[in-house]
Amino acid sequence: MANVADAPKDTFRLSMLLYDTRYRSLTIQVFVFFLFMAGAAWLVDNTMRNLEALGKDFNFGFLWNRAGYDISQRLVEYTNDSTHGRAMLVGLLNTLLVALLGCIAATVIGVIVGVLRLSKNWLVGRLMTVYVEIFRNVPLLLWILLIYAVFTEATPAPNAFRPNPETGLADRSMFLDAIAVTNRYTAVPNSVFSRELGWLDLGLFYINIDVLAVLAAAVLGWWLNRMVKARATRIQNETGVRPATWWSSVLLLLGLPVAVLLALGFHLEFPELRGFNFVGGLNVSNSFMALWLALSLYTGAFIAEIVRAGILAISRGQSEAAFALGLRPGRTMSLVILPQALRVIIPPLISQYLNLTKNSSLAIAVGYLDLRGTLGGITLNQTGRELECVLLMMLIYLAISLVISAVMNVYNAAVKLKER
Amino acid sequence: MKKSVFLGTLTVAGLAAGLGSAATLDDVKARGELNCGVSTGLTGFSLPDANGNWTGFDVALCRAVAAAVLGDGTKVKFVPTTGQTRFTALASGEVDMLARNSTWTFSRDTDLKLDFVGVNYYDGQGFMVRKDLGVTSAKELDGATVCIQTGTTTELNLADWFKVNNLSYTPVAVETNAEGEQQYAAGACDAYTTDASGLAATRAAFADPENHVILPEIISKEPLGPAVRHGDNEWADVVGWTLNALIAAEEYGVTSTNMEELAANSPNPEIRRLLGVEGDLGPMIRLDKDWAKRAISVGGNYGEIFAATIGEATPIGLARGLNAQWTQGGLLYAPPFR
Repeated sequence: MANVADAPKDTFRLSMLLYDTRYRSLTIQVFVFFLFMAGAAWLVDNTMRNLEALGKDFNFGFLWNRAGYDISQRLVEYTNDSTHGRAMLVGLLNTLLVALLGCIAATVIGVIVGVLRLSKNWLVGRLMTVYVEIFRNVPLLLWILLIYAVFTEATPAPNAFRPNPETGLADRSMFLDAIAVTNRYTAVPNSVFSRELGWLDLGLFYINIDVLAVLAAAVLGWWLNRMVKARATRIQNETGVRPATWWSSVLLLLGLPVAVLLALGFHLEFPELRGFNFVGGLNVSNSFMALWLALSLYTGAFIAEIVRAGILAISRGQSEAAFALGLRPGRTMSLVILPQALRVIIPPLISQYLNLTKNSSLAIAVGYLDLRGTLGGITLNQTGRELECVLLMMLIYLAISLVISAVMNVYNAAVKLKER
Repeated sequence: MKKSVFLGTLTVAGLAAGLGSAATLDDVKARGELNCGVSTGLTGFSLPDANGNWTGFDVALCRAVAAAVLGDGTKVKFVPTTGQTRFTALASGEVDMLARNSTWTFSRDTDLKLDFVGVNYYDGQGFMVRKDLGVTSAKELDGATVCIQTGTTTELNLADWFKVNNLSYTPVAVETNAEGEQQYAAGACDAYTTDASGLAATRAAFADPENHVILPEIISKEPLGPAVRHGDNEWADVVGWTLNALIAAEEYGVTSTNMEELAANSPNPEIRRLLGVEGDLGPMIRLDKDWAKRAISVGGNYGEIFAATIGEATPIGLARGLNAQWTQGGLLYAPPFR
């Protein structure tokens, strides 16, 4: 009996790495890690050997060579004399533009549809179900192609807007004399300032100082409006009477930017048919419209489901309590249900934003020159640097996704349940 | 065994698949089939017919090479490639040769590690527009929207030409000729630009070819030719000399119909060498004596192929022009068979 309590000896034998459960998992981990690293090293080595056998080297020098091709939609200065690196930047900005506008539109669509799908109105609820199911269950590429086909096949050529020399009448007339939907682009009025403040050089690109001034005015107005409201709340707390702030809000939020716009001589430049195409206005290409609409509608259907799930996650007691307090359904939704539902909605919403951004690389199907179209398309082809281009492209998409994740995580931290 | 399977899987997963073997000739012989990269569909040059049989000018070259190497012009697997995928397909070994209206340029021949082994069509870039636009010269295209196949030399020529002439334009990037055709037909672009031969082929495929004009300006040199991987000289010789044999056959008047008779009776030593009656040219490129004879017998000599696929009697209606024999004022000039 006395021998049972003998403590085991603390000596370590090599075989314990295999037979002792305390060490075995460590052994396995180290072993698998080495295997993994060996596999990775083998892949890299194999790639290098094959590149050598093909007589190709690995360098990014081509990014500083002349690109030589043109891009129709460019947010920054670019000509065919610019470098491949510059073309990559143009493509990247096009990607970011469609991703940003897509995320905004998809969120708006998703929230509205998600809420309406729960509507007690039978028709509205079913219509939303049909929308969600149709868009969610057909591949995105098909939607992009379909919408693009509708734009190019069902709309008139710019030529149709030209007046007939004999009758003076055109086949088609512009909507409100300002907007023309053609099979190439939608021509819309462009905003111009008659008093140019010049351009701010940011190294990579220029920013119009007029636009900056208007943005600054809007931010200033918003900030002043907050001060006014804070003051009103203070007075209300002291006296019990809240002073009217609506007129100062209107003045600050709308009046200030409008005043700056007027001071800078803001006006619209209307598109007009000259030569082959509309000039003067802004031509929003059909490939952009198709991509943007398809991405928004497709991702919107997913977001609608996320929003619906978020709302359903809030117990019925919450809305019943709100009704008992006399809140109307709309206010119940915006004040009670949605703020709580956001905690459920935000994490999957991040994935949808990431999906939308990555899916924007389907732009190639409609010839929208995004990052995939410039760096991974024309540049890759003209320089023959497949490995470099694809690796760089993967790195950029990874960086964009991580940034979106980080930003959304900050927002998530702000809305999530505060626990102490 | 397990290890080799594992490594094999990794090989496929890795880039090893990207490396073609150096001895393409042996590979083709062992496989019993030639993998030939062609365009995804260009009337007259390479297009599958209703039965799925590929026909056309570029296709005929593939068949001639297959006949020379394998003894059978039907033992070809045609791999459709776009302007974007063609060189990768060749470099990765997916195809043994490209016969796909690809322009021979310095950087493709050197930096992209291809070898262009000859020119089977001397071409130049042109523009096609609708007749009712009233445009008669490409210089009137200021402000036009132009459809352009991406990943091609034409894309760069277009940018250069518009810049030199101080004109503006909006490019619409398309992936394949079929897509370009559709966009142009739908009026999504004012002009379509590609090699003049391609424009003629595209126009021939329209329901109303008479409503479209090809503008007179030819803005570039586009020598189109078959390409193989750099560094496999033996295979390059086979493809290059098969093309030369077709060209030389036309020069010496050897056709698919009179070939047997000439082989038996012709006193011309050059013809006798070409047809393998005299000398042993075939074994010099590791083929048998009759290689050229078989190549010519598939679709005839260069002139016969041209006439049958894209010549003036076909809907495409291309004149020989630069592609006539040097004796006729053209540029076709096969080195001596000796």
